[in-house]
Amino acid sequence: MTNPRGRFGVHGGQYIPETLMNAVIELEAAYDRYKADPEFQRELTALLNDYAGRPSRLYYAAKTTRDLGGAKIYLKREDLNHTGAHKINNVLGQALLAKKMGKTRLIAETGAGQHGVATATAAALMGMECVVFMGEEDTKRQALNVYRMRLLGATVVPVTTGTGTLKDACSAAFQEWTSRIADTHYCLGSVMGPHPFPTIVRDFQSVISREIKQQLQEKEGKLPDAVIACVGGGSNAIGAFYHFIDDPSVRLIGCEAAGRGVDTFETAATIATGRLGIFHGMKSYFCQDQYGQIAPVYSISAGLDYPGIGPEHAHLHDIGRAEYVPITDAEAVDAFEYLSRMEGIIPAIESAHAVAYARKLAPTMRKDQIIVINISGRGDKDCAAIARYRGEDIHE
Amino acid sequence: MSNIAKAFAGGKAFIPFITCGDPDLETTAACVRAMAAAGADLIELGIPFSDPTAEGPVIQSANVRALAAGTTTDKIFNLVRDLRRDVSVPMVFMTYANVVFSYGSERFISACADIGIDGLILPDVPYEEKEEFDPICKRYGLDLISLVAPTSADRIATVAREASGFIYVVSSLGVTGVRSEITTDIGAMVRLIRANSGLPCAVGFGISTPEQARNMAARADGAIVGSAIVKLIAQYGRQAAPHVGAYVKEMKDAVRQA
Repeated sequence: MTNPRGRFGVHGGQYIPETLMNAVIELEAAYDRYKADPEFQRELTALLNDYAGRPSRLYYAAKTTRDLGGAKIYLKREDLNHTGAHKINNVLGQALLAKKMGKTRLIAETGAGQHGVATATAAALMGMECVVFMGEEDTKRQALNVYRMRLLGATVVPVTTGTGTLKDACSAAFQEWTSRIADTHYCLGSVMGPHPFPTIVRDFQSVISREIKQQLQEKEGKLPDAVIACVGGGSNAIGAFYHFIDDPSVRLIGCEAAGRGVDTFETAATIATGRLGIFHGMKSYFCQDQYGQIAPVYSISAGLDYPGIGPEHAHLHDIGRAEYVPITDAEAVDAFEYLSRMEGIIPAIESAHAVAYARKLAPTMRKDQIIVINISGRGDKDCAAIARYRGEDIHE
Repeated sequence: MSNIAKAFAGGKAFIPFITCGDPDLETTAACVRAMAAAGADLIELGIPFSDPTAEGPVIQSANVRALAAGTTTDKIFNLVRDLRRDVSVPMVFMTYANVVFSYGSERFISACADIGIDGLILPDVPYEEKEEFDPICKRYGLDLISLVAPTSADRIATVAREASGFIYVVSSLGVTGVRSEITTDIGAMVRLIRANSGLPCAVGFGISTPEQARNMAARADGAIVGSAIVKLIAQYGRQAAPHVGAYVKEMKDAVRQA
């Protein structure tokens, strides 16, 4: 390739309009510079620790372990971060970077609203303007998060094009960036889009696996046998996997949203049902029809309701280093309720996909083996939707 | 001389765009024939895509209508094959990388050569990624059209040096669509291109009135108009062809005076 950077195997690249090329080149140069700058890293660490509440806890789920009767279960508590999800790790990094680059305005896409809330939070903290694009369908599913973003001073733009979900919010944010670049940074929320975003977001999220490794070393004196995380674009998963990629004994398992099942059209499981394509700035796997039209995907989880997957995950799949498994709505909702009752921890419906797979896997493993589940976010935002799923109508 | 070069050989060129299959392929065929008869020098045929991220609301809606009507790449290939029996004006496809890639890049591009398509415009394929398609285009004698934008700055020379066919000068930031005013210094962009390439330059994005077309063509070698034509099709539906033809004639006359 003309530009070998930003490739993960065949995946990745920079498939974007010429209008944005200098913006991503400028971003890459700034990131390379600040990544190596001890002062930037010191500021970011201070924000992550003092503002976001890191390091997040690695909690031994004793009751769940006993109940499942196999491997020991640890929960990485990203839900305890400020704003309630892993999204803040990336956002604080990108907002600080944008500020150093002289940008005064942050724009973002959001699905469930967690990344939008995190971006609105960082913008409030750093005195920047903030506009969040959210699919109209999602503004209904996640009304509470829309209010939170507005409370934090952000403008929320409902996106009505296409399916009115995450992919359309993403397209709208790219379009907005194309029309206003000079003062605006696009704070992309996942390990997707054109280079350098998949690398930047992965680096900022890799704090998760760095902490897991150290915390488990302290508690157990060894590596985990499996790390499980949910995957939409894949930012919490790559964050939880990254520092274990070179440890082949650690199974890395990404849980995709199968929606109503991978044999139906109402699914968002990209590895299970997608094929190689080019969209949203990257080459990767996408749910699409025979003519390359992007498929309207579905999941109960607004945060996993995306027709693609980040290029590094696509590559980890190709080389067999990570496994990707589909989890249905029904399995995720069961796991949402299970963890709530078992541990007193209400996981985000996204994270519940990872819990669901752990429930299948743990009983097949020995009691001296260890599973770490990344609880990427808290589930308060999902309570009304899950109640509806169970036939109960509650007011938010 | 390539067919695309011929489009610019007779003076300033007028280049209309339409989305294929909006509202149906019969209307597209009628509009293409009307545009050719009205003096269009090159015609851009849009292959609809589910997520046309470079387009403003007008062309986005046309993409939705075309796909809802069941338009597919194969049906568009058949349309062009049929048009080529009586339409000799150069034609290029404007679509997105995934439409080509997913069909099989070589299968797609060889089919283009076979049915008489002269080039491809892929707005989500910048210079850095052109190796994905350009070698195949060259093998089959198609021009992969390069775009330069108001933000391209020092990239213009690099892009222009390796361009083929013509150079698509994006007039403004943002997406396609009608604009009341174009503030970019098009003249400066074109001078930079001409210092690095002998190819003709056509300006697009935001042009809708004869005056704008004349102004842009005066600074370059031609003007490209999409949204204003797609709007006429949205307004007149299956009866759009004569209206589109009249508009193209008016615009071509304006460009001639540039």
